[in-house]
Amino acid sequence: MKPISATNDFVIKFANVNGSGSASANELFARAILRMGVPIATRNIFPSNIQGLPTWYEVRVSGEGWLGRRGGCDLMVPMNPQTWDKDVASIDPGGYLFYDSSKPVPPSKFRDDITIIGVPLTQMCNERYDNPRDRQLLKNMIYVGALGELLGIEHSEIETLIGEQYKGKDRLIKPNIEASALGRDYVREHHKSICALKVKRSNKVGDRIFIDGNDAAALGAVYGGATVLAWYPITPSTSMAEAFAAHCNKLRVDPETKKNRFAIVQAEDELSAIGVVIGANWNGARAFTATSGPGISLMQEFLGFAYFAEVPAVVFDIQRGGPSTGMPTRTQQSDLLICAYASHGDTKHIMIFPEDPGEAFEMGADAFDLAERLQTPIFVMLDLDIGMNDWLCAPFKWNDKRQYDRGKLMTYEELEAGKEFYRYLDVDKDAITYRTLPGAHPTRGAYFTRGSSRNRYAKYSEEGADYVENMQRLLRKLETAKKYLPKPVIRQAKQATRHGAIYFGSSSAPMAEALAALETQGIHLDTLRLRAFPFADEVIEFINAHDQVFLVEQNRDAQMRTLLVNEGAIDPARFISILHYDGTPITARYITDEISQRLSSYGKAALQRLSK
Amino acid sequence: MTYLAKPKFRHPALEKNALGFTHRDYEGSISTLCAGCGHDSISAALIHAFFELNIEPHRVAKMSGIGCSSKTPDYFLGQSHGLNSVHGRMPSVLTGANLANRNLIYLGVSGDGDSASIGLGQFVHCVRRGVNMVYITENNGVYGLTKGQFSATADRDSKSKAGGINKDSPIDLVSMALMAGATFVGRSFSGDKHQVVPLIKAAISHNGPAFIDIISPCVAFNNHPGSTKSFDFVREHNSAVNALDYIEPRAEITTEYKPGEVIDVEQHDGSIIRLRKIHADYDPTDRVAAMNYLQARHADGELVTGLLYVDPNPRDMHAALRTVDAPLNTLQAKELCPGSARLQEINADYR
Repeated sequence: MKPISATNDFVIKFANVNGSGSASANELFARAILRMGVPIATRNIFPSNIQGLPTWYEVRVSGEGWLGRRGGCDLMVPMNPQTWDKDVASIDPGGYLFYDSSKPVPPSKFRDDITIIGVPLTQMCNERYDNPRDRQLLKNMIYVGALGELLGIEHSEIETLIGEQYKGKDRLIKPNIEASALGRDYVREHHKSICALKVKRSNKVGDRIFIDGNDAAALGAVYGGATVLAWYPITPSTSMAEAFAAHCNKLRVDPETKKNRFAIVQAEDELSAIGVVIGANWNGARAFTATSGPGISLMQEFLGFAYFAEVPAVVFDIQRGGPSTGMPTRTQQSDLLICAYASHGDTKHIMIFPEDPGEAFEMGADAFDLAERLQTPIFVMLDLDIGMNDWLCAPFKWNDKRQYDRGKLMTYEELEAGKEFYRYLDVDKDAITYRTLPGAHPTRGAYFTRGSSRNRYAKYSEEGADYVENMQRLLRKLETAKKYLPKPVIRQAKQATRHGAIYFGSSSAPMAEALAALETQGIHLDTLRLRAFPFADEVIEFINAHDQVFLVEQNRDAQMRTLLVNEGAIDPARFISILHYDGTPITARYITDEISQRLSSYGKAALQRLSK
Repeated sequence: MTYLAKPKFRHPALEKNALGFTHRDYEGSISTLCAGCGHDSISAALIHAFFELNIEPHRVAKMSGIGCSSKTPDYFLGQSHGLNSVHGRMPSVLTGANLANRNLIYLGVSGDGDSASIGLGQFVHCVRRGVNMVYITENNGVYGLTKGQFSATADRDSKSKAGGINKDSPIDLVSMALMAGATFVGRSFSGDKHQVVPLIKAAISHNGPAFIDIISPCVAFNNHPGSTKSFDFVREHNSAVNALDYIEPRAEITTEYKPGEVIDVEQHDGSIIRLRKIHADYDPTDRVAAMNYLQARHADGELVTGLLYVDPNPRDMHAALRTVDAPLNTLQAKELCPGSARLQEINADYR
């Protein structure tokens, strides 16, 4: 079997035991490649556990700049005996196995069609270091140095990163540098030229930043003017709340008084969290919560309240594998239906779909304008893949001239001047009515906010006509909303085609790569990337303009298809669902294979039609 | 007679407070509760308290949950913004509103159904967080609006109107409030205006979570023999530990008492709560003693009322969160948005 040979185009996977310090070593390794100007896409597959269970870290090196998972594995580093068999089995034929050769391993544990690279990590470590905790951490650094040498990573980049990582704990710098040199030197002596996977310096990274979606969203919330966060810890949204706190502590402390221009409350549960968010928004502060599927389930009642009483709210849903406790540390696009139709009765909610941390920042900030303009909950739909993995994206930008859109808030001056105010009166005929804040005016503007039915003057009413009028206006408000929401991104194929593909969120990066691969196979698809619900008219038009549309989503029941069929009155047969929902992020190979297989099942005639 | 609109006529000689407002300016819509309902007395007491304290109605945010008691904010402070949340969840919404604007007065009205069952968690956590508010439960031992089921505060072996007997142990919200760290805890009875009004006034001036459990008989479903929340039962078993006077800041104190007869507690706004002891040994500044006292008296079948506990130096949620003095809802982009130059520096951290 010919060994795989590739420069700046391979996948390396680390298998470790979680809680062993491997994460920081593996990330340092990945960053060294980044510092050489070569784009990477990294993914963490971690267990729902604190210490002792398997965890994987995948580093995809892509000089072409593909940022999704490719699928497959060219070089495996199995540091966890528990998953050895599975890890070895997952290497692509012709690939490489890098392992700790301190103890003998029976030949049956290897494969004939891969290249075996052994470095006696534990032995080297124990010979050099005495302290058991040091041994554990420094062993990781030995393999970083060794791998770096195998792949041609400039060792100076590794040393620079060690210096940055341990800044402030300087006494750790020297041992780590020394450990990485140990690994490097062993490979130089014993494994020269064994590995044909190489990293070569390039300029493809440019000025891009490397950040995870939760951190980006949190920064977006700061820039978007959020002052109140109420949250309950849940994987994978906890890091968003923590990032917001960290950013606020740096960016939102009054320089003179040292007091906080923000308030963060760790609520006793998700019901309380969304209650605090609603109360704060009702009283004019931009407030949000961050949660995942189970939290959305708990929040249903209050979400219906916010919808019907028309109170702004922003909810970041970092989706994970459902249902129930599901897979807390796995990704899925699992909550589309429950967010779209949250709460009993006739409701419909706004969702926006960032594709990466770059959009998580932008849409995270925009969500607060949307919430106040539209006076309703806004769901920012992220997932674990975007939220908890680092992605390369364009540096964040902000227009300093930008004003916050506070929506239709009637001020003291307007009330004092005698402007007529009734909370639910559609004066502008765009279905959005005016609100006032508590304390706005001594004798004008007060009203009751309730989850029960009312007339347009905010008076309690059980009259059927009042209720129907109110419900109709809420539907019209969502029509108005469409013009404020992010538009879909539509791309025409190079050749005319009757087939299209729709996708959204974290499917976007692997989709781009799949489309390129399909093109080389002669398969051309017009594409549409969804960015919001309710759907823009262009979405329905796109579907109606194609015979069949592939719909890529990461859940079992094709929830986006349900929404499109429902809202667009579309024949379900128009869609060919490409579903991936095992909890790992969807790969380019999977999308490519699925689409080309489905098409080939139609036969030659169908493919010819396709190319018309 | 609730289909009749309230007359707008005001008597010219109606007493005015320091703001030039009359009682009528603190009223709301006509009550739709049953004639004789205890809750209406509490609403009247609230109107009285706000009037006497010279508080501008629009500076009050009145919030409630679901239930007969939660309907009452409609019947007072017509010029205040109000919010009826979902059942049992007023505390979280009020907490959020308070975070947004620390300078308003927050009044949370709830019932035993709303706060002792579904709302028990939110009640406790809002108290432990130190939210500056007046939290009133209008406690009648039943779910009135759904027609008479026992609530969690119903005493064991008390009888429902339909003849059922409650087998469960009662929850005492006053004890819960004390354990959760409330810095002002009182209990009263809707029929006792002389106790309720000063308690409310003191609670409004208190700078922390001020909880008052007001027994408020339900004439429709829980005012019969066998009830421990009926007018008769309460009157027979009421045991006040102190009598309360609320003295405004800088007001002249006209009555003198012998030493040991009164305790004066000064609040942060300069007002004074003057407690004349009825029970000689009762010390309302001792939280643990208060809890013990309540448990012991309850075992004897007594209903302890009065100002049961007050911390003269409460610390509220905003102090704990170290928020700026300006209400968060007044901050503008220039104070909230770090700007593009700073963003470039932040980008550099991620390379």
